[in-house]
Amino acid sequence: MSKPKVFEKPSGMKDYLPGAVTRLRSIESRVLACMEKWGYRQIMTPTLEYYDTVGVTSATSDRKLFKLLDNRGTTLVMRSDMTTPIARVIASLLKDEPLPIRLAYHASVFRAIEEEAGRDAEFYQTGVELVGDPSPDADAEVIALTVASLQAAGITHFKLAMGHQGLLNGLLQEWLQDRPDAQEQLKERLLARDYVGYRRVIRGLDVSAEVQAKLEGILELRGGKEVCSKVSEYTSDESTRAAIHDLCEIWEALSAYGVQEHAMIDLTMIGNFSYYTGMIFEAYSAELGFPVASGGRYDNLLQQFGRPAPATGFALKTTRILDILGAGEEQAKRVLIAYVPEQRREAYQLAAGLRERDGYAVETRCLGSGVSGQSPEQTAEGKLAYMGKMYDEIILLAGEDGGERDE
Amino acid sequence: MSDRLKIAMPKGRIYKQASKLFREAGLPIPDEIDDTRKLIIEIPEAGMDFIMAKPVDVPTYVEYGAADVGVVGKDVLMEENRDVYELLDLGIARCRMSLIGLPDRKPGHTVRVATKYPNVASQYFRENGQQVEVIKLNGSIELAPLIGLADHIVDMVETGQTIRENGLVEIKTIFHITSRLIANRVSYRMKSGQIEALCKQLQRVIPGHELSGNQA
Repeated sequence: MSKPKVFEKPSGMKDYLPGAVTRLRSIESRVLACMEKWGYRQIMTPTLEYYDTVGVTSATSDRKLFKLLDNRGTTLVMRSDMTTPIARVIASLLKDEPLPIRLAYHASVFRAIEEEAGRDAEFYQTGVELVGDPSPDADAEVIALTVASLQAAGITHFKLAMGHQGLLNGLLQEWLQDRPDAQEQLKERLLARDYVGYRRVIRGLDVSAEVQAKLEGILELRGGKEVCSKVSEYTSDESTRAAIHDLCEIWEALSAYGVQEHAMIDLTMIGNFSYYTGMIFEAYSAELGFPVASGGRYDNLLQQFGRPAPATGFALKTTRILDILGAGEEQAKRVLIAYVPEQRREAYQLAAGLRERDGYAVETRCLGSGVSGQSPEQTAEGKLAYMGKMYDEIILLAGEDGGERDE
Repeated sequence: MSDRLKIAMPKGRIYKQASKLFREAGLPIPDEIDDTRKLIIEIPEAGMDFIMAKPVDVPTYVEYGAADVGVVGKDVLMEENRDVYELLDLGIARCRMSLIGLPDRKPGHTVRVATKYPNVASQYFRENGQQVEVIKLNGSIELAPLIGLADHIVDMVETGQTIRENGLVEIKTIFHITSRLIANRVSYRMKSGQIEALCKQLQRVIPGHELSGNQA
């Protein structure tokens, strides 16, 4: 590769300019405030983790991890998600705190990208983890909080699709016993969202027509409560039935939360992260081509850090939400106090007074110091005309009586 | 934002067959749009807009959500590897991806393969445990083995006429190709009713239900 030009950044890395930062901070604070109201306390974890602990456990594929060496030659990773570091903290620093534990975070995560734009290598997530509660109510809480968080962020029109990893695994295991290879192939096709390939794999399988029909039927299992009852007819296996019961209970709880209207069941959903074990879901907004939130239950992750516990959670893709929500946030009133050196004291006092009030951003500038840079020869009046475009209000302190002028 | 379904259509060879299929499915696609040079064609009576795109770009439009669904060849899908739903095999524009070469050529020390599909080609050879040098060309791929640029080529074959006329042979079929209906991840949920209705209508008229071919 040729030497980068001075303005270039590593691919997938982004600068956030003042307008965008204002909006990002505003989304972040509203969403975190919402999460706090549900009892989730904020946590921060380091940007760098060991490759052998969090890196390996994170379920991010190796080639997507940013790796580096520390001064002793140990391999480190830039965190690729927040779920794994939080699992580490709960199993270590918080190991004496009783479960369930509710934690919230807003942080940037890092994933090396292969393709072009649209995928940031560093992006912000705002999310929660609910650790130590195996109940369907906990899963429903996480989904209901996703809805509340999206609304707090300012997104009104959205949908959620919910699947169940345990249920899908159970059905495939029951119908394709002793055929782990076929199970893997089918799951791989579903993960690739390749329904054509999925049907083709089924047709190539040496199984009864009945099983083929059932396998193909999974593609049609979309909708609401009727999916639960329909899929119950599909199985006699004990643990699969338990998974179905779990899914139905979550669905009922969503109704009790009053958020069912946003949700639908789709059994073809497969979590991108291999640590998911139960319910999984994604949220979509009409204004964006990519999901705006995702989450699910991961009951086996904590035990890898030595404190076995069921867990569930979600993350909002805050950077993507930023793309959806345009400007329109109320901004502080920008005020400039321009003064001559003799009135410095009054100017500073006036500025201090205004800064005490809400909704003011106050700058001061000494006239005659030539700060405007481009045209130091201009008269004070000329400068003011130019500055009038940048400020909501300009206060001029340049006379015996400290005359005031509004723009 | 329009509620109409935005469909990315591939310009050229596939378009004619695709629009025919859409008409057979009962969608009121006006005849005159087949010859238009407009890039965005509104068809309010069918509740859809056609976005006329270069075939290789169709998965990109769909992945980013610039189009809700798209019609595209499996060859492009395999090469581009985009994150989209592959909903239906439309059974049109049937052809195959093949490994082609001179009838009696002994490859040298390093095998060189010329192709328009570098990802497909390297994946095929990797799966067969062979490391090759892939050379990307943009057209007239058949030239490469004839003038000694490459030992083999990987290319799409429809009738095989060009190959035969140039004294080349098809060594192996890598996979069979038909056009597919693909959908954006979000549109598939947000416009699920419209997309499912389209699938059902198309499914009824898809030619040849037995689908040959393997899946890489």
